[in-house]
Amino acid sequence: MSIQVQNIRKQFGNFVALDDVSLDFPTGELVALLGPSGCGKTTLLRIIAGLEHADQGNVILEGQDASGTHVRDRQVGFVFQHYALFRHMSVFDNIAFGLRVKPRSKRPSEEIIRKKVTDLLKLVQLDWLADRFPAQLSGGQRQRIALARALAVEPRVLLLDEPFGALDAKVRKELRRWLRKLHDELHITSIFVTHDQEEALEVSDRVVLMNHGSVEQIGTPEEVWNAPKTPFVYSFLGSVNLFHGRAGQGELEVGEQRVNNPDDAIRPGAEVIAFARPHELDIDTNIQASHGILATISRIQAFGITAKVELEREDAQQIHHHEVEIPLDRLIALQLKGGQAVRLVPSRLKVFEQTKPVAADHYIAAGI
Amino acid sequence: MSGATSLNAAQVASLSPARHYEDNPATRDRPWVKWSILGISLAFFAGFLLLPLATVFVEAFKKGWDVYLAAITEDDALASIKLTLIAAVIAVPLNLVFGVAAAWAIAKFEFRAKQFLITLIDLPFSVSPVVAGLVYVLLFGAQGLLGPWLDAHDLKIVFAVPGIVLATVFVTFPFVARELIPLMQAQGKEEEEAAIVLGANGWQTFWHVTLPNIKWGLIYGVVLCNARAMGEFGAVSVVSGHIRGITNTMPLQIEILYNEYQFAAAFAVASLLALLALVTLVLKTLIEWRAALNARDHQQESAS
Ligand SMILES: Nc1ncnc2c1ncn2[C@@H]1O[C@H](COP(=O)(O)OP(=O)(O)OP(=O)(O)O)[C@@H](O)[C@H]1O
Ligand SMILES: [Mg+2]
Repeated sequence: MSIQVQNIRKQFGNFVALDDVSLDFPTGELVALLGPSGCGKTTLLRIIAGLEHADQGNVILEGQDASGTHVRDRQVGFVFQHYALFRHMSVFDNIAFGLRVKPRSKRPSEEIIRKKVTDLLKLVQLDWLADRFPAQLSGGQRQRIALARALAVEPRVLLLDEPFGALDAKVRKELRRWLRKLHDELHITSIFVTHDQEEALEVSDRVVLMNHGSVEQIGTPEEVWNAPKTPFVYSFLGSVNLFHGRAGQGELEVGEQRVNNPDDAIRPGAEVIAFARPHELDIDTNIQASHGILATISRIQAFGITAKVELEREDAQQIHHHEVEIPLDRLIALQLKGGQAVRLVPSRLKVFEQTKPVAADHYIAAGI
Repeated sequence: MSGATSLNAAQVASLSPARHYEDNPATRDRPWVKWSILGISLAFFAGFLLLPLATVFVEAFKKGWDVYLAAITEDDALASIKLTLIAAVIAVPLNLVFGVAAAWAIAKFEFRAKQFLITLIDLPFSVSPVVAGLVYVLLFGAQGLLGPWLDAHDLKIVFAVPGIVLATVFVTFPFVARELIPLMQAQGKEEEEAAIVLGANGWQTFWHVTLPNIKWGLIYGVVLCNARAMGEFGAVSVVSGHIRGITNTMPLQIEILYNEYQFAAAFAVASLLALLALVTLVLKTLIEWRAALNARDHQQESAS
């Protein structure tokens, strides 16, 4: 089933949680809603499910306006951020609940229910836990039971709110692969919320990036990674180095220094923010060179395939931190050491014209 | 006046930290401190609680089993027992329904007058029962606001059974609600939302999801509510009019007998109320024990 949300707006008191959000979720896709904590992901998901009422805008399920449809008739499967398993019911009864509360005419017989629950337990690979209570399960197990419970009623869409939020890194990784596999088997239109960019990029067909209640970018994982549309997206997806400066002719002025700027779409004289990923920066030991940004090495981590060099730079009485990744042999060739002054030379730079002043911390927090 | 003790987690979990404190040599007090504190509290307990309770039973049986039996099967005594039971049988279910509804409204909905409603629920605890009784007399009495109208329709509320029931309902009104509000607020509404998304209707959600979660708190509230309904003196005394065999509840009957120097009979009826108190305590302990087991399960759940 396809889901469309049109011009959704939601306010809590004076706080705007969602500001004119319009999205299209095509049938059968697994879409990730990605954004920092508090950006409105849960709120959007709850509005789609009908648990929350939007102040403005429509939710359209399979081409039909769902505003007048009660939650229980929307046929959505919802996996809550904190599972919300029925604590006094066994795992079996939890999964069977959705089937047992159906109106008598549509309710399957107890025998069919038993078979279905057993199948679902096998699907989530926990058939040996049927008699346990939620309190006796691990976080990852609860997560999967919550998913099985949602699937039992054969929902037309599956909404998952940070399904792996409370789990450790290893279990997270396992479960996200498992979710992808499950989705490939069942093909239910699914939206899953996360604030982990790696998770979103790895699992989903499409990624929706949200910030402060509005959508920043929508695209396949490759698209959003390779061509971030906004500074926020750039900094949210992975580590970045950030430079404030002014555009010149084919150049960028960062403080007193200059770097080449291949992006000619920016009008000269504009205030800009420029981003470079750690591997897109090179180090020049010749501080007399005409181009490159002066910085001082603070720490070198030479393990793994690439070496990580951390640097500091003072600009406008503020200390900026940078991170550069260079191949290990290059590090050895350059003979870098802590405290050394060098120039940073970007091989690739993503430049955004700065429309409104943005606190640098905002990006740093999301990035490095 | 506030009889509402709450079945909260701190109370339930208070046993194990004490043990921890004791077992640890670094925090253990010197023996004489421990024993003197224990001694003081036990002596107090014996002197002010156990002794009077024992006296009730001793006095009741002073003149033998036959006198005791005769005292509690005497017509007026039986009538008072019956009236007490009627008042409780009406007041407890009424406040059960009200308490669940009020707790539900406060815990699961957002509305403006919420804080006001919470305060209002406490009113019967904060106002003297005598005042409560007087309010009913002023409302429904012969000189009262609704008195003439009631008179014209030949309805009698004050100095009759309905007045006693009303007064009982009033004073026992907060017990169930008070017990459930913190419990339901702590539980939030996620499980209910999960049930609704799965297709359950309001009644199914309440019956299969909410009720089992509040079960022990609810029973606890009902037990306390019942104890109070049967034991209430002040408010009932004002609206009763003390008509023997008609508007006397057990506490009122006891007072009358006592004032007439029929000590054995007074204590015989009193022993029934004392017995009720003991049963209530046993039930209360059992429920707390069950709830503690539940709370421990849930702590495990939130800890892992
Ligand atoms: N019932 C509510 N009353 C007031 N404010 C609310 C309410 N629910 C959410 N908010 C606010 O709306 C914003 C968005 O909340 P939401 O739960 O959608 O965030 P989220 O993106 O899911 O965050 P997280 O990743 O931390 O779960 C938050 O700033 C939150 O404080
Ligand atoms: Mg959330």
